[in-house]
Amino acid sequence: MLMMNRRGLLGAGAGAAGLLGAAAITPAWARGASLDGRHIRAGFDEVSGGSIDLTIGEGPRVVQGRRGHAIAVNGSVPGPLVRLKEGEAVRLNVTNTLDEDSSIHWHGLLLPFQFDGVPGVSFPGIRPGETFTYDLPPIRQTGTYWWHSHSGLQEQAGHYGPIVIEPAGPDPVQADRDYVLLLSEFTPMHPHTIMDKLKKGEGYFNYQRTTWTDDYPLSGEDRRMWAEMRMMPTDILDVTGSTYTYLANGHGPMEGLEFLFNPGERVRIRVINGSAMTFFNVRIPGARIHIVAADGQNVRPVPVEEFQIGTAETYDFIVEPTGEAMTIVAESMDRSGMAVATLASRPGARAPVPALRDAPLLTMADMGMSGMDHGASGEMDGMDHAAMGHGPQNPGSTQQPEQLEAMNMEGMNMRDTSMLPPDVEVGPGIDMVAMNPVDRTGDPGIGLDKVPHRVLTYRDLVALEPNDDLRTPSRQMEIHLTGNMERFMWSFDGKKFSSVSEDPIRFAYNERVRVKLVNDTMMAHPIHLHGHFFELVNGAPADRQPQKHTVIVQPGGSASFDLTADESGDWAFHCHLLYHMHAGMFQIVTVAPQGDAPEQERVGEHG
Amino acid sequence: MKTLLAILLIGTATPVMAQHAGHTMPDPEPTPAPAQVETPDPDDTDHSQMDHSAMGHDTGRVAPPDDSVREATDQPATHGQSQMDHGTMTMPIPSSPPPASAGSGPPRAADAIWGADAMRASRAQLRHEQGGQTYFWFQGDRVEYRAREGGDGYLWDVQGYYGGDIDKFWFKSEGEGSFGEEIEGAEVQALYSRAIAPFFDLQAGVRQDFAPRDRTYAVIGIQGLAPYQFEIDAAAFLSSKGDLTARIEAELDQRITQRLILQPRAEVNLSAQDVPELGIGFGLDTAELGIRLRYEFAREFAPYIGVEQEWRVGQSADYARANGEDPSVTNYVIGLRFWF
Repeated sequence: MLMMNRRGLLGAGAGAAGLLGAAAITPAWARGASLDGRHIRAGFDEVSGGSIDLTIGEGPRVVQGRRGHAIAVNGSVPGPLVRLKEGEAVRLNVTNTLDEDSSIHWHGLLLPFQFDGVPGVSFPGIRPGETFTYDLPPIRQTGTYWWHSHSGLQEQAGHYGPIVIEPAGPDPVQADRDYVLLLSEFTPMHPHTIMDKLKKGEGYFNYQRTTWTDDYPLSGEDRRMWAEMRMMPTDILDVTGSTYTYLANGHGPMEGLEFLFNPGERVRIRVINGSAMTFFNVRIPGARIHIVAADGQNVRPVPVEEFQIGTAETYDFIVEPTGEAMTIVAESMDRSGMAVATLASRPGARAPVPALRDAPLLTMADMGMSGMDHGASGEMDGMDHAAMGHGPQNPGSTQQPEQLEAMNMEGMNMRDTSMLPPDVEVGPGIDMVAMNPVDRTGDPGIGLDKVPHRVLTYRDLVALEPNDDLRTPSRQMEIHLTGNMERFMWSFDGKKFSSVSEDPIRFAYNERVRVKLVNDTMMAHPIHLHGHFFELVNGAPADRQPQKHTVIVQPGGSASFDLTADESGDWAFHCHLLYHMHAGMFQIVTVAPQGDAPEQERVGEHG
Repeated sequence: MKTLLAILLIGTATPVMAQHAGHTMPDPEPTPAPAQVETPDPDDTDHSQMDHSAMGHDTGRVAPPDDSVREATDQPATHGQSQMDHGTMTMPIPSSPPPASAGSGPPRAADAIWGADAMRASRAQLRHEQGGQTYFWFQGDRVEYRAREGGDGYLWDVQGYYGGDIDKFWFKSEGEGSFGEEIEGAEVQALYSRAIAPFFDLQAGVRQDFAPRDRTYAVIGIQGLAPYQFEIDAAAFLSSKGDLTARIEAELDQRITQRLILQPRAEVNLSAQDVPELGIGFGLDTAELGIRLRYEFAREFAPYIGVEQEWRVGQSADYARANGEDPSVTNYVIGLRFWF
């Protein structure tokens, strides 16, 4: 557990923080490289300053009695919290003691592309025994981020950690306590074994499938329809709690991660989804929380009782805990397991841990058939969108209150490839084409449409500070997220990276482009663009569209973002589900050099 | 063979129409829903710096976004948020190609920093790791002991592949016999397998039989998953003697629980002619109907029990009788399904 304190130390927290301060005097990396057979620790230290040393090592790891092999940085999983400061340069010296290449990608950071940390795109990687220095110029941002390996499947094995960037001035988010909650997974399986099982055994990790004896609210007709499609309504996550133990700061749910508070304090929790394959539903039963930042960028506070966090996203929230203790529950989206932490007013205080809720099922909207069996409900009225060149608007949630009843599948073509743009390569790698891929940024995420409390959606996010580029995009491009669940093939536009590695997505310098992501699969994909923030087109005014580095595109739906391509170089662009990326859902985005291009005037530019 | 393959591939290619043209969709019927407008708690953050009037709205739940121009004209225009400032959103955004300057940079930006030689290995590895991998799979679909009247027997039915997503080397082997007797049938197939559709592979290659007689066949077939989750394997065989036969197998997994699975299975063998030396009769040669109940201790390891009925039909039945065999046999089986 790590505690950060902004307004001074209070009560029970003071002793713990003091100990941590002392531990920081001994450089954590000095203990990291050679583990001498000792187990890798859960939880993390903190590193800061102008020159930071990180050492990648490996060793045995035990979580709740389950043993496995882990890759660890500075001897712990997660690796150390890298604390940076806005406006200050930093040198990050990364030593690789593994017997294979490694790397660190600084997820969400704006930096020169050659220090982005993707082997084969931004740099050659870090060879065994080598130390590579990421020489970062003054940091241009603030907030919550994370770092992880971009080599092979090392991230699954424990090679990740948090980043917090302190603002140079006062933080608009005021809190008495400030904690990081990094969610991830532990598995005793080797990551390559997981990939192997995913390729060969369709639904290998899914032990929540429909059976003759299940309790799912599906009619016989529904079941026949899913069988006819050769798909599973329970295909929510590819890798599940059947092998994963979900982790909160490296601790299993029984291992008692605590965040201390005194009654009346405002606690800031920086939630980082550092998992390889898991979306989490995060809630604190009995508490209302306020979302104050998304992907490190401050947003106008949104009061919610639950939110879904996609892989690689971050959300900061504020909570004022009451009572002796409250439980922070991070349930995997398929509800096959959970990570747990406790907000405790004294060490050892506990609140009840709720049981896992019933497993969700995919809906009509997830099949790309939004609004095809019922009337879409309009949220607003009195405006002529057609006359204004506006798109059709789905209601806040496109998920159906009913399952597939009354749906007539006659004549439905689940794979009408004539609907795809010509640059999509049609082949065995595409098992479905969304018939009506409406914008689903108003969706709370799979399984959260019917919960009896308020859940965050992307449309709740409004940037706290105005954006600096208010130009209308000069062009729109459409990228289709494509896949074949049976073969575990994943790609952009039907083309795996291995077949388009010489044909990147190209942007002119400072070009403003609207990118529409259309999800022609029944899985939610968290799409991440390196080295940039894009503005989510979520209905907020142009100057308040929230800035993100990762966007979930809901199954069978779409999401759009506006991008100002002002970071020159080659950048990775991929699905952040590790094994989807590994299967080919990856591309390179090339932003042309500034060259002689004149600096374009930006409306609303601010310092 | 190549020609046939090409024809089949062409047959599966689908004309791609430009830009969603011809996309007709029933218009969603709008029905009013309660507005979900909530005001953020003013205590949480200091909003005094924010210029609400410039934003043109002040609700926590924002309006849905502009989706695309394409669908704009066929939608009922009954919703909107009157307070929203649409000034910047009125112009349609064209779907034009990138400007020429988008390609003005070096083909690989990192080469200019680290050198092309330094980047080469990691670039090749990246390409390989993001979709270029190959896999090896081996499955014992049926490896079983068969209890039956007149002498118990055994059967194996295994297959596997090595390759990538589209192109694979696929092999199969089947055989059966009775204990204490000469083996009744044994064959191995070596096939090139190509994914031609989301759920189907086209397979072509050779089959070598070692029993009852050595014989070589050319093979062409399809294997995959049919609607309603039927595992299908259908192939035609042309022997070096010019005899044409075919085999169609279908299996269906019915999950009783997450690990207990009932699997009906059917197989028919067909022949275009009598092949007396192999006991094959014209038309429907043999038919099998079986059901197996397996328990998946792991996905890869599932023992089963079951029963299978075999019939030899028509001329084939006559061959069997002439040979002193019963054309109808019931097997009670116990076996193992496994893969790795």
